[in-house]
Amino acid sequence: MNLNATLIAQLVVFFILAWVTMKFVWPPIVKALDERAKKIADGLAAADKAKADLSHAEKKVVEELRKARESAGDVRGAAEKQAATVIDEARAEAARIIAQAREAAQGEAGAAAQRAKEALRDQVANLAVAGAERILRREINAQVHADLLANLKQELQ
Amino acid sequence: MATEAPTAGEYIVHHLTHLNSTGHAQKAVIDWSVWNLDTLFFSIFLGVVTLFFLIRAANKATAGVPGRFQAAVEILVEMVADQAKGIVHSAESRKFVAPVALTVFLWIFVMNSMDFLPVDLLPKIWQVTTGDSHAYLRVVPTADLNGTLGMSIGVLLLCLYYNIKIKGMSGWVHELFTAPFGGHPLLYPVNFLMQMIEFLAKTVSHGMRLFGNMYAGELIFMLIALLGGTATVFGFVGHIIAGSIWAVFHILIVALQAFIFMMLTLVYIGQAHESH
Repeated sequence: MNLNATLIAQLVVFFILAWVTMKFVWPPIVKALDERAKKIADGLAAADKAKADLSHAEKKVVEELRKARESAGDVRGAAEKQAATVIDEARAEAARIIAQAREAAQGEAGAAAQRAKEALRDQVANLAVAGAERILRREINAQVHADLLANLKQELQ
Repeated sequence: MATEAPTAGEYIVHHLTHLNSTGHAQKAVIDWSVWNLDTLFFSIFLGVVTLFFLIRAANKATAGVPGRFQAAVEILVEMVADQAKGIVHSAESRKFVAPVALTVFLWIFVMNSMDFLPVDLLPKIWQVTTGDSHAYLRVVPTADLNGTLGMSIGVLLLCLYYNIKIKGMSGWVHELFTAPFGGHPLLYPVNFLMQMIEFLAKTVSHGMRLFGNMYAGELIFMLIALLGGTATVFGFVGHIIAGSIWAVFHILIVALQAFIFMMLTLVYIGQAHESH
């Protein structure tokens, strides 16, 4: 362990190596590190933003779905109501037609019965006249006594 | 070594002698005319290789997905940048101080790692290459006090530079005489003496700590190699077991000492930024 001029040389070498490192090694590496740190920070920020966007979109989808479901329910309710109204109207119309038909049939049946009654009455009057004719024989003139017979027929009604 | 086996003492002394510009072991404790060629070669070579890989990683660095090598370099840079940010509170100074810390950490880590090569491998190759069976070669630059003190004095110079830059010449001189004990004129000499001792102790301990750890580690590898050199079953088995255990443990020391040197570099420079 002797001291000699090597010490001075080593001192100079020390500064030269340090200077080279400062000039050619340190700045590019630190620059790359800083750039990468910035890149990663930007990437993380972008990922956060994308995540926020996604959750926002999901919320929107849920909201839209809810709205669609609601309006579908409304549409169905309206359709059901309308269908019920249509059915009710149809039923009322049918009832009305049936009642009308029944009424018409009843009227016709009444008229027919009346007609039958009148025909029957005519026949009875004729029969009575024929009977009286047969009894009176000639004594009664049909033309002469037409008024009388018409009166009689009227009374039988 | 060639003709007859050296004694244990000769073996270790031989291994602890530098290949220097004089060709023989340095006699005086301090001799500014001598260069340790092995320390210079390995430290510069390893520094250049380290920077080569770092620059390659730096040129390929992109903000996209990093490859494994780029990621590894980035982890180191991030680690050093974080430590620097926590210790040196001046973004302007960090532009130079953080690269210094990175350089110091990787450079020392690689130099320390030379310990993992078998202790006799490179010296033997060197002896065969030169044809001189007594040629000296030490391969761990951080186990040379010149290497570590050279770096710690570099850190000291940076501390002085930042002291003057941040506090201004007058501010720093004022601090030298008034801190740590107070501004009374009678305390000026005590304060100044204290500051000088502080700077000296910081620098010497900074270099000595790394040197001591790596020197001791190297020495133990040599002792373990001597065990195997006995060429007995006990020596062979002992060499394998002890060598494996020490090498594994030394991985920790290699990384830890590099980290400690880097952290102390940051701490000392950080202190230069703070007024007492």
